[in-house]
Amino acid sequence: MNKGAMTKLSAAARREENWGWIMVAPTIIGLLVLNLWPFVQTLYTSFCEHLGFGHYRFIGLQNYINMFQNAEFWRATWNTIYFCILTVPLGLFLSLLVAMLLNAKIKGKGFFRTVFFLPMVCAPAAVTMVWRWIFNAEYGILNQLLGTHINWITDSKVVMITCAIVAIWSNIGYDAVLLLAGLQNISKSYYEAANIDGASKTTQFFQITLPMVSPTLFVVMIMRLMSSVKVYDLIYMMVEDTNPAVTSVQSLMYLFYRSSFVAGDRGYGSAIVIWTVLLIGVVTIFQFIGQKKWVNYDV
Amino acid sequence: MKSASLERSRTMSKVLTYAALILGTVIMIFPFVWMILTSLKSVPESMKIPPTIFPAELIVSNFSDAVASLPFGHLYLNTALMVFFRVVCAIAFSSMAGYAFAKLQFRGKGLLFGIVLVQMSLPSQIFIIPQYQMVAKMGMANTVFALVFPGIVSAFGVFFLRQTYLGIPTEIGEAAYLDGCNQWQTFYKVMFPLTGTSVAALTIFTAVFAYGDLMWPLVVNSDLQMMTLSSGLATLRGQFSTNFPVLMAGSLLAMLPMVILYLIFQRQFIEGIASTGGK
Repeated sequence: MNKGAMTKLSAAARREENWGWIMVAPTIIGLLVLNLWPFVQTLYTSFCEHLGFGHYRFIGLQNYINMFQNAEFWRATWNTIYFCILTVPLGLFLSLLVAMLLNAKIKGKGFFRTVFFLPMVCAPAAVTMVWRWIFNAEYGILNQLLGTHINWITDSKVVMITCAIVAIWSNIGYDAVLLLAGLQNISKSYYEAANIDGASKTTQFFQITLPMVSPTLFVVMIMRLMSSVKVYDLIYMMVEDTNPAVTSVQSLMYLFYRSSFVAGDRGYGSAIVIWTVLLIGVVTIFQFIGQKKWVNYDV
Repeated sequence: MKSASLERSRTMSKVLTYAALILGTVIMIFPFVWMILTSLKSVPESMKIPPTIFPAELIVSNFSDAVASLPFGHLYLNTALMVFFRVVCAIAFSSMAGYAFAKLQFRGKGLLFGIVLVQMSLPSQIFIIPQYQMVAKMGMANTVFALVFPGIVSAFGVFFLRQTYLGIPTEIGEAAYLDGCNQWQTFYKVMFPLTGTSVAALTIFTAVFAYGDLMWPLVVNSDLQMMTLSSGLATLRGQFSTNFPVLMAGSLLAMLPMVILYLIFQRQFIEGIASTGGK
């Protein structure tokens, strides 16, 4: 491109540019007003005390100091990490298992896929309601079937496991469908060659399936981790804030909701959400460093 | 001899596959079945030890009790309007921007697309307090507008549809342009109609997530008449802490519309959401 064309766009190119700006304008204005400016405000608010009615006073790092000295905050951070530990690896394992079962030559594939995917379209508020009933300590069907008297929802040692079970159940179909797409991309010829070489199914899984599906697995894992760090609705519906076990299970986003909108301390709430974003950032960085060890992009 | 044993192990693995899938199906379906069965029981029967499986007598009044304690008509309407407007906005604005980012040359494109990517990588909770304050300042709390508000633009939609437009050969647009279409006509009459599958996927994705969203409706609309199905259900939880038949009836009513749509459009739902995968 010569200099003349650079400085003086042709009429057609100028029209194209105008159309470009017009067509992105609603989105960009929307993002500036609804997201970018709020982000800046949240950042600023985290250094402020909320005086009520949307008025703020700058107090520097005080919210963060209060936060780091607060046992409930550290507990919520741990709860969030613990929730990820309980749900992500087991959830991914089971989803991969379901995906492999659905990838086998079977009849009724569509039916099974529909069934496993069903929780995805049900509002979390509605499905957790039935899980509360199943896990009910006195009359719930689970304790009756097991012949136990476990306080699934009110025992502070158990409640997180209960929530993890519901989370895994809710997400398994979605993750399995994504992984299934990855499995279907693996060329059949690898397995045929392996069969001729007499490789066992186990060998085939570790030598072919796992490496070949690892890029998809990585994407699903990142996505699952991100949404697990932000977990809120499921725990909120399972454990109301009057439940004595709430501190043992409340995630950072639950604490954020309670601090900002129940207690009305929006400065403190903003500090919590900023902390969560940092946590997500750190987790993501570790994932991208760690992926070199196990994700295979060669093929 | 060898082929016979191979045959047997193949049958064996097939049996195991089906067994595992059926076990999985039972685990996935059971909560829904239990929800339906409980919603038809009387309260004393629901608390029976040992529990009965089928209701001794069908108590349909649980549903009318649920409707009496939650304004379901309003909840359906609010949810439907919220989903509708969010979907329309997402499709209209994201298609325009997605097309422009994929096919048009304009200064500042990289920077502006950067804004889209930044929004996508931040959790929505980081915007909630200021968004709520904006709605409150406008005096729009407890309205349908408030429910739609954070969904007016969809950064993810822009990203997703940009991918789609990138996949459409530029020659198609150029041909239309040479036929005398201007940029808008090229987009609206030629390119947009080619993105049907992706637009359907974005519609389903937007609808399912708006439908299930809980924190924003809880924050912004505290008036029971202006709640969504999700946030309304959250209030029912406190009211009937022990009346599980009514809670189950309410939950069923709340999830029914989406489940029916899902059962009709299974393939579109699953493939649509899977194609948006990652978000």
